[in-house]
Amino acid sequence: MKIAVFVKQVPDSAAKLTVDNGVVNWGDAPLVINPWDEYAVEAALQLAEKHNGEVAAFSLGGENAKEALKHALAMGANSATLISDPALAAADATAAARVFAAAVQKLGGVDLVVFGRQAIDSDTGLAPAMTARVLGWPVLSMVAAIPALEAGTIKVERAIEEGRQVVEGKLPAVLSIVKDFAEPRYPSFMGIRKASKAEIPLWSLGDLGISAPESKVSWSEITAPAQREVTNEMITGANADEIAAKLADLIIAEGVL
Amino acid sequence: MAGNVWVYVDHFKGAALPASYEAIAAAKTVGSKVTALIFGQGVDALAQGAFHYGADEVLLGDDASLADYRAEAYASLLSKLAKEQQPDAVLFPTSTRGREIAAMAAIDLDTGVLPDITEIKDEGGTLAAIHPIYAGKLLSKVVVNAKPALITLRGRAFGKPVADASRSGTVTKVAAAVAEGDLQTKVVDYATVEGRVSLADAGVIVSGGRGVANNPALTPPAEITDEKEKEIWRAQQGFIMIGELAQALNGAVGASRAAVDAGYIPYANQVGQTGKVVSPDLYIALGISGAIQHLAGMRTSKVIVAVNKDPDAPIFKLARFGVVGDLYEIVPALTKALKERLSK
Repeated sequence: MKIAVFVKQVPDSAAKLTVDNGVVNWGDAPLVINPWDEYAVEAALQLAEKHNGEVAAFSLGGENAKEALKHALAMGANSATLISDPALAAADATAAARVFAAAVQKLGGVDLVVFGRQAIDSDTGLAPAMTARVLGWPVLSMVAAIPALEAGTIKVERAIEEGRQVVEGKLPAVLSIVKDFAEPRYPSFMGIRKASKAEIPLWSLGDLGISAPESKVSWSEITAPAQREVTNEMITGANADEIAAKLADLIIAEGVL
Repeated sequence: MAGNVWVYVDHFKGAALPASYEAIAAAKTVGSKVTALIFGQGVDALAQGAFHYGADEVLLGDDASLADYRAEAYASLLSKLAKEQQPDAVLFPTSTRGREIAAMAAIDLDTGVLPDITEIKDEGGTLAAIHPIYAGKLLSKVVVNAKPALITLRGRAFGKPVADASRSGTVTKVAAAVAEGDLQTKVVDYATVEGRVSLADAGVIVSGGRGVANNPALTPPAEITDEKEKEIWRAQQGFIMIGELAQALNGAVGASRAAVDAGYIPYANQVGQTGKVVSPDLYIALGISGAIQHLAGMRTSKVIVAVNKDPDAPIFKLARFGVVGDLYEIVPALTKALKERLSK
């Protein structure tokens, strides 16, 4: 079983963000593997362990995206490849998906492609379905559990808004994994050592045999949202009942119930 | 005006998501003609709702192969229709389904998707949208440089649409685009969670954090000996109490990441940057200190109420009303007080 997992390097979720001349600045916050992608790597590793498979990690980005790949390697991925090309600097979701699909095809013989549900920076959540469509494979998104995987078929439990949906799909397929799947493992000491020494090859568009896919979405400006103007009122009272009565009256007066 | 605007009416087993009607109402503001797409089996009754909220026309795909939502079947039909009829834009509610269909159709139609947007504006025939990024810590202004523009609208970002029961329109039936035998997936089963209010649609959310576990007055049953298990048991009693407040307000229960990671409550309830971004009319934060990741996920709530023991908790900076105190004393009293007032 051959599994490709895609990871992204993002500013830590605790980062305070500002915009300087239209460019996002995360100050001295560290760059980390997208938290949702850790679940994807965990799922890929568990499937590989159960089905005698191997896990190839990929990331699209600049040189610093290597850190996300090293995290995947330290968790246990067998290989890691950085996809990088100056022509992809402003790639939108469709362009990225076409690049991901080309990487899957170059790797060859892939049974499953695994993504996290979305990246916490760009917040699009489009990559899994788009990549599946470019490949002509089914997408099974928001996977919370994989009860069966055999003979060219995968059965998954999807966490949808209304509860759980059990779906079967033919392989090869594209999955996106949600947090319910399993707690991602911590990289082992040996894993971290191995990852720090690993060679991470770089694939350019030329290596993938494609020209830069055209981006269809453009960003004209990025701004910080207006500061929230809140008139803060602290409610006090002699006891809980008195506080609750005051608070209940105030909430009702806001007209939101 | 953007001309012909389509709206994908998302539904689960024949019940339309409220955000589907919000999308129809939003389409009215930017399009000269609004066409609703309704896919499923035996879902023709949904056409009425679409007309009442402003659709001029319905394209109804009613087929056994569309009975269960499947991304490939639904996206293929939408793409086929769009190729034939060339709409200027297609709007979707931002749901798992809406986002997925839009993503696949973008590849089929060689166009782009503006996902989970909170504002839309016609700028000389082009639709410009605001897409919150980094969980809303920043806003990105985006446009699609191709047609149709595929845009998914965040639920509750466009206000409550008004129905007009006198409106009607024409229904045109359309055939499925892919034969059952050519579909690569099959829906086996559902397990719906009873009585759950979706966080994205909820007008009221009552959330608990790490502080929910801090009630020393509660004595766990004797068979629970492990300290961690005792803590989880205490927290779960706390979330039952929070659930009662939520129920009294017809709201949903949320949680901070700390509460989810500690095993107090399932991930489906998590609000924040790595959970759900929500925007209810009323958000009550109980025992939540207000980590930046949590604040990013609820900062656009209309009215925020916070109860916390720590007077310096960052959550108070966003709160319209704050109470420094023990949530185990305040919450039952507040539930009672609100119930009394709302039953009048």
